Amino acid sequence: MPGYLFKRLLQMVPVALVIIVMNFFLLKMAPGDMADVIAGEAGAATPEFMAALRQQFGIDQSLPVQFGHYLQKIAVLDLGWSFRANESVLNLILGRLPATALLVVSALAVALVVGTALGAFAALARRRWVDPVVSLLSAIGFATPLFWVGLMLIVLFSVKLGWLPSSGMYDMAASHEGWAHALDVLRHLVLPGLCLSLYYLAVYARLMRASVREVDRLDFVRTATAKGLSRFQVVRRHIVPNAMLSIVTMTGLQFGALLSGSVTIETVFAWPGLGQLALYAVTSRDVNLLLGILLFSSFFVMVVNLLTDLLYSVLDPRIGAAP
Amino acid sequence: MTSRRQFLEVTGAGIGATLLSMAGWAAETTPVQGGTLVANVLPEPAGLVAGINISQPAVVISASIFDGLVRYDKDFKPQPQLAESWTESKDGKTVTFRLRRGVKWHDGQPFTSADVQYSLLEVVKKIHPRGSSTFGKVVAVDTPDDYTVVLRLDGPSVVIWAALFGTETQIVPKHLYAGTNVMANPWNAKPVGTGAFVFKEWVRGSHVILERNPNYWDAGKPHLDKIVFKFIPDAGARAAALENGELHYAVTNPVPESDVDRLRKNPQLVVDTKGWEAPAPMFFVDFNMERPQFKDVRVRRAFAHALDRKALADNIWYGLATPAQGPVPSYQKQFFKPGLPQYEYDPARAEKLLDEAGVKRGADGVRLRINHLVSPYGPVYQRAGEYFRQQLGKVGVEITLVNYDLPTWIRKMYTDYDFDTAAGWYSAYPDPQIGVERRYWSKNIRKGSVSSNACRYASPEMDRIIEAIHDEVNPAKRKALIGDMQTLAQVDVPSINLLELNFYAVYSKRLQGLREGPLRFYSTLADAWLTPANAA
Repeated sequence: MPGYLFKRLLQMVPVALVIIVMNFFLLKMAPGDMADVIAGEAGAATPEFMAALRQQFGIDQSLPVQFGHYLQKIAVLDLGWSFRANESVLNLILGRLPATALLVVSALAVALVVGTALGAFAALARRRWVDPVVSLLSAIGFATPLFWVGLMLIVLFSVKLGWLPSSGMYDMAASHEGWAHALDVLRHLVLPGLCLSLYYLAVYARLMRASVREVDRLDFVRTATAKGLSRFQVVRRHIVPNAMLSIVTMTGLQFGALLSGSVTIETVFAWPGLGQLALYAVTSRDVNLLLGILLFSSFFVMVVNLLTDLLYSVLDPRIGAAP
Repeated sequence: MTSRRQFLEVTGAGIGATLLSMAGWAAETTPVQGGTLVANVLPEPAGLVAGINISQPAVVISASIFDGLVRYDKDFKPQPQLAESWTESKDGKTVTFRLRRGVKWHDGQPFTSADVQYSLLEVVKKIHPRGSSTFGKVVAVDTPDDYTVVLRLDGPSVVIWAALFGTETQIVPKHLYAGTNVMANPWNAKPVGTGAFVFKEWVRGSHVILERNPNYWDAGKPHLDKIVFKFIPDAGARAAALENGELHYAVTNPVPESDVDRLRKNPQLVVDTKGWEAPAPMFFVDFNMERPQFKDVRVRRAFAHALDRKALADNIWYGLATPAQGPVPSYQKQFFKPGLPQYEYDPARAEKLLDEAGVKRGADGVRLRINHLVSPYGPVYQRAGEYFRQQLGKVGVEITLVNYDLPTWIRKMYTDYDFDTAAGWYSAYPDPQIGVERRYWSKNIRKGSVSSNACRYASPEMDRIIEAIHDEVNPAKRKALIGDMQTLAQVDVPSINLLELNFYAVYSKRLQGLREGPLRFYSTLADAWLTPANAA
């Protein structure tokens, strides 16, 4: 196992280098820079002022020089400074991480539980209409654009019914403390969390359905049934655990895709997370910040992939042992 | 026959209604103390000090934190704010301000003439993109005592009197800024001002909170305890938050033009299109004058004749604009010149002009193939681009629309000049010397400078007029010169002046006490208050 881990870590080094180089040069290819954005907001700027800004931001130097500076900083794990927000990139990212983590983890948890239950139910239900209905619903959930679902949820639950707040993470006007604050955050979490989970839920339901059906046909299930176990026990002890393997892989992948889904949701629900920060970095051409977020999230993906593989080799010892 | 019971019901309802309207009347005249206003600005600004992080959202927030030397009343006349009175010498070379005594910065330090001197010389003149030209004639600022500021000018300057409000000529605390890199000063994110509200917190990506300044110089104000400026990035979600009452106040076109009509029908909301007469937004299409196709003025005039400004205003802008008659908005009566040359909608005339200019239809019916840079400020500008393509297609000009995001658009338009025609909007501002002339002055052809003369229009006659405006003190003569500028701009058409835009704000009927005048949404919320929720 330690050998396997070491090998995997070693493999990550070239991947990380490629990511760093690609991120940097891709972002620098976008026309317009932060000084242009600042001048655009101001409605006017003198060339001298723009030159002073570029000098301050360090974007007046040649691209190789800038890249050299960037590498030097990355080597000591310094993500740099956001001149736009006047704050270190690491602080900005860490400040937004809890909101995104809360949103994504709760959405993923709901999706995981409800999705696998629905999928298993659809695969095993005796009534013939259950399977097509679940399949249809999950196809709809999978295919509907998230931003539209989000807006419809707002229209229904915030505007028409008035049950839930439409935006933000907590009520800034009320300034709750303690449990009242937690409850307030929970109320704000319901709509974006539900919206984001709909997509994952659909994915899990489809996957679980397929994988339960497959496992159901295998020999050991027949053996279990033959030795006289009840249908419920067969499902609980033999089918579901074995069907979960593919769900674990998928969860790892989904967790990696943590940011992409939440950009839309965070924008629609004004949720102050990393996705919105990334969007803000793009529109203001804050390259330092965007590089930081991209690097952070690509490392996150690599680490989650590694953990998934490790978990996999724990669940199925044959995987880790392979050369 | 009306039964007794029905009669009682009717009169009862009548009396009830009368009482209600009286209650409403009383509520609208006696400010309620306390309450939290939830407002929206968009997008999240880079910093909160409008004179340093110049942008619309920063201006809206800054206006309640920082007072200026003067404020402007509804006729755009300066009224005392931090300055109690002022005098101007006969030759116009000395302007003396007497400052209000006993005003304190939010951190408790006294506000003095040194703050004004520092702000004018080190911030406004050095950092503000318009300040350096607006205050170009100010050569020195003297402070004979703590409460007197003397501006020394090398010649009379009328224009400074249009720019002294707090978010354009911002007065910042010298004790926090002197000796620092002003642009990178950490106080830009936690501003310390002299105004009605004190900065409390800024949670990035979420909101800014301001609280009542208990030591505000204008005793009894402000009325509100707290203002929360939320950042809601999605327009649909903003509309929803306004409709369900979560949001009380949203300025700078918070919802798409197409949603305005629906919100107007909501009895809880006010859609306000007034209060933008000082920023004065105008929509135009620029020609790239370096392109050979546009050297002939007849081609430019033909383009102008091909566009129906009325249809543009009514259909594309949903009536939230009116046709422009020139570069100066017609509501700025002190500068606008009536009877300017106009290009009425006349496709036949456009075709005739193009024929005369030798731009004939080819075998495929196309006279000219050009591109058009679409303004990146929102969906309405995309529709305007499509309208432009459609209208010019009718007279044989094939347009390729080019869409970019804001940073790219700025680069293409003001640095690379990579366009044939380009649409945009600009602020005409309360004095044409601040806003209008920059589009026509050849000395303002400045590569890399936003809102400069992107057409690269250069006319010695125009330059002579503009430079004469700068030096003229006599208001009548200055007005005549400004009139000449407008006439020549319409005759030469380096840019087609299309619309006077009506920016709009949407706010709750509960919100009272907004300042009147052409700077309504760039003014402090010191007088604002909310009627109780159930009364609205």
